Amino acid sequence: MEHNHEENLENTQHNHSYGIYILVWFALMALTGITVAVAGINFGGLTIATALLIASVKTYFVLTIFMHLKSESKTFRLFVGVAILFLLISFVLLFSDYSFIVRN
Amino acid sequence: MSEAITVPQNGKQPSYLEYQGKHKGLLGWILSTDHKRIGILYFIAIMSFFLVGATFGFLMRLELIAPGKTIIDAQTYNSFFTLHGVVMIFLFIIPGIPAIFGNFFLPILIGAKDVSFPRLNLLSWYLYIIGGALAIISILLPGGPIDTGWTFYIPYSIRTNTNVIPALFAAFVLGFSSILTGLNFVTTVHRLRAPGMDWFKMPLSVWSLYSTAWVQVLATPIIGITLLLVIIERTFGVGLFDPALGGDPVLFQHLFWIYSHPAVYIMILPAMGVVSEIIPVFARRTIFGYKFIAMSSVAIALFGSLVWAHHMFTAGMSNTGQFIFSLLTMVVSIPSAIKVFNWTATLYKGSIELATPMLFVLAFIFQFSIGGLTGVMQGILSVDIMIHDTSFIVAHFHYVMFGGTGFGLFAAMHYWFPKMFGKMYNEKISKTAFWFLFVGFNTLYFPMFIMGWLGMPRRYFDYLPEFQTYHVISTVGSWILITGVLLMFGNLYVALRKGKKITERNIWGGETLEWQIETPPIHENFIDIPVVNSTPYQYLQNDEVTINNQEVK
Amino acid sequence: MSSQEHSAAHVHRDDIGARMGMWLFLFTELILFGGMFILYSVYRYKYPNAFHLAAKELNTIIGTFNTAILLTSSLTMALSITAIQRKQKTLSIFFQMLTIVLAMGFMINKYFEWTAKFHHGIYPGSEILLAKDSGEIIFFGLYYVMTGLHGLHVIIGVVLIAIMMRLTSKGIINNDSYVKLESAGLYWHLVDIIWIFLFPLFYLIT
Repeated sequence: MEHNHEENLENTQHNHSYGIYILVWFALMALTGITVAVAGINFGGLTIATALLIASVKTYFVLTIFMHLKSESKTFRLFVGVAILFLLISFVLLFSDYSFIVRN
Repeated sequence: MSEAITVPQNGKQPSYLEYQGKHKGLLGWILSTDHKRIGILYFIAIMSFFLVGATFGFLMRLELIAPGKTIIDAQTYNSFFTLHGVVMIFLFIIPGIPAIFGNFFLPILIGAKDVSFPRLNLLSWYLYIIGGALAIISILLPGGPIDTGWTFYIPYSIRTNTNVIPALFAAFVLGFSSILTGLNFVTTVHRLRAPGMDWFKMPLSVWSLYSTAWVQVLATPIIGITLLLVIIERTFGVGLFDPALGGDPVLFQHLFWIYSHPAVYIMILPAMGVVSEIIPVFARRTIFGYKFIAMSSVAIALFGSLVWAHHMFTAGMSNTGQFIFSLLTMVVSIPSAIKVFNWTATLYKGSIELATPMLFVLAFIFQFSIGGLTGVMQGILSVDIMIHDTSFIVAHFHYVMFGGTGFGLFAAMHYWFPKMFGKMYNEKISKTAFWFLFVGFNTLYFPMFIMGWLGMPRRYFDYLPEFQTYHVISTVGSWILITGVLLMFGNLYVALRKGKKITERNIWGGETLEWQIETPPIHENFIDIPVVNSTPYQYLQNDEVTINNQEVK
Repeated sequence: MSSQEHSAAHVHRDDIGARMGMWLFLFTELILFGGMFILYSVYRYKYPNAFHLAAKELNTIIGTFNTAILLTSSLTMALSITAIQRKQKTLSIFFQMLTIVLAMGFMINKYFEWTAKFHHGIYPGSEILLAKDSGEIIFFGLYYVMTGLHGLHVIIGVVLIAIMMRLTSKGIINNDSYVKLESAGLYWHLVDIIWIFLFPLFYLIT
């Protein structure tokens, strides 16, 4: 019986309040606004970098709060890290080839 | 969950073979979520496709025994080598050990009653069957079987009028089967280990299956999307890879190999796990360097995702890219080498029993070493320029995939067959079959190294007369090999029907959990979940530690 | 190895395992789209001016509006889980329904965007498109495929959430057992994340 109770406890966690979700939503909307505003200004290569940076921040909020990564065990965060790392490595190594192709 | 369990005799539960759940008869098998039955379902399906793939190979070798047309025309030959590759890779080697033995034994090895998602497991099998059916259909539809090579390179794969879309779709579906199996295994290993079994008390085959599962989950989607994009390109003329529309064919190759290189680690890691299981048992020694072998599995999975472009050195890469990938390719060989060293060290001063599983394992070490070393050779840029797309490459990958994984699978078959079915096979015949396989395999593939080095191209229907001697030897080797294959499967089939009954739990003297349970296992594997308090492979009584010439027991 | 009195005669419930499985599945979706982002980045590197030119065809306002819609739908999805945790069944169903409505709004906008382009003769294989620069052909190829596949996932998400609504109303999803709703939420948030990256890359490079 006790085992089941423990199971239930570990099975039902992450109680976020309504407030924190709405707060995050405001942040996401604000960041979206900033992205659109920045896009109007031409920083050259920096514009895309800024856009991607802001997108990453938004993603961070969605992952940690909406998707409860903050309250899950370390294992889940490690998993996400591995997946993102795999994607990142593929990008970086791919461009290690493409950035150096000499075209006439 | 209401089930009609047959009345146990003498208080003994029926084995998983006799168990009757919600469904009876055939339905009780194809609707079963029992990981053991699913493993058997995979066994039957995968071996059937192996024979299909082997037939294509056999016919290819027959064609190549002489220059010019021998039994089939060039177009047919192109389709044959494509289908041989597609079937062997997507329907035999990649699912192979994980789907059959991973499914059957992973839960048992960690002391669990099943995987985390049993219904998803059954879905994986159905996806496998659907993918296989699509592959067969792609051969039969008008338009003719696909002839692009299993690598489906652009632009030919969007220009050829053969049945590309069904074949690609088959691979896509099979990819999902693989993904779901990987997802299941990762979760199972994290969540269902028996009390006391921490990570470094797991059997090494579990480490291998776990690392493989991660590659299955992360790498397979890349080929999923790539194949989907080619299908879309062919259907709608979108302009994604087609050079006529501004696309980059080399980009296709990048995306293709970002999966297909890690895929070869999906193929080899489980076989290495099997080797790590079998060697301690038949050398009666504690495995040497358990932690190193465990970590090397993870390292192989990790580094294996860094080297893909070594398949593309001659495709039009930048010099920088070539250099970086060549360097990384050297690095990836290290963890594999660590395994080979540790296995060899385990054999040293062991009490070696040359039972059939051990024979296959020793052949694995020999053949995998040749395959691996030639791989390192190919990783050297200056060498690869000369031997890319020659028979040398063909020999290399057959040595690792067939001489390695294939033989590893045969080893697993002969190791676990008695436990799975409670029957024993004829060992004289199994050993004879082994020798036919070993001699046949090496006769078939070793000449390919030589003629490849001398310039014989791969995927060529015709060739210069100077290569014929090698081709003849190779083809004869294929006949010896096929004899071995038929002998081996025939022997196991006869054993299934009327082999000697085994009820003993531990016929080999193994130290992992599957040897503690009933033969064959009961439906739920364990009557009580075990508590684990030691690492596996403890053969301490046989380990000799000599300090100042004194034996310490 | 001694045995322990642990008999799992009941159906083994493992919420953490269920979430773990869902996360792993999400990785496959992430990498599926990641492959397309790889394609996008290589071609953008190759055809920077053509991409800039082609992007002018896209309506930034609709794109921004759609981004706001999807972000809000992520909010409502998260709120539906808090509601069921607090035994507020009707509120939870309401939030799930709202999520679906927002998702449909997104798809309707998409429909208008696409049909407008078809009307201008810009679609894969069209004469007008083929007459354009290579880079522009590639841009629109990527646009249709990536937003198309994303849209497909939105539809799948809608179906999934509709099923969750039904399960919630039947009490199968309740304050003690809501991992199914959480998993559906995880899926939905991923669909949102993908759009978070699609949006600037297609709509904001002018």
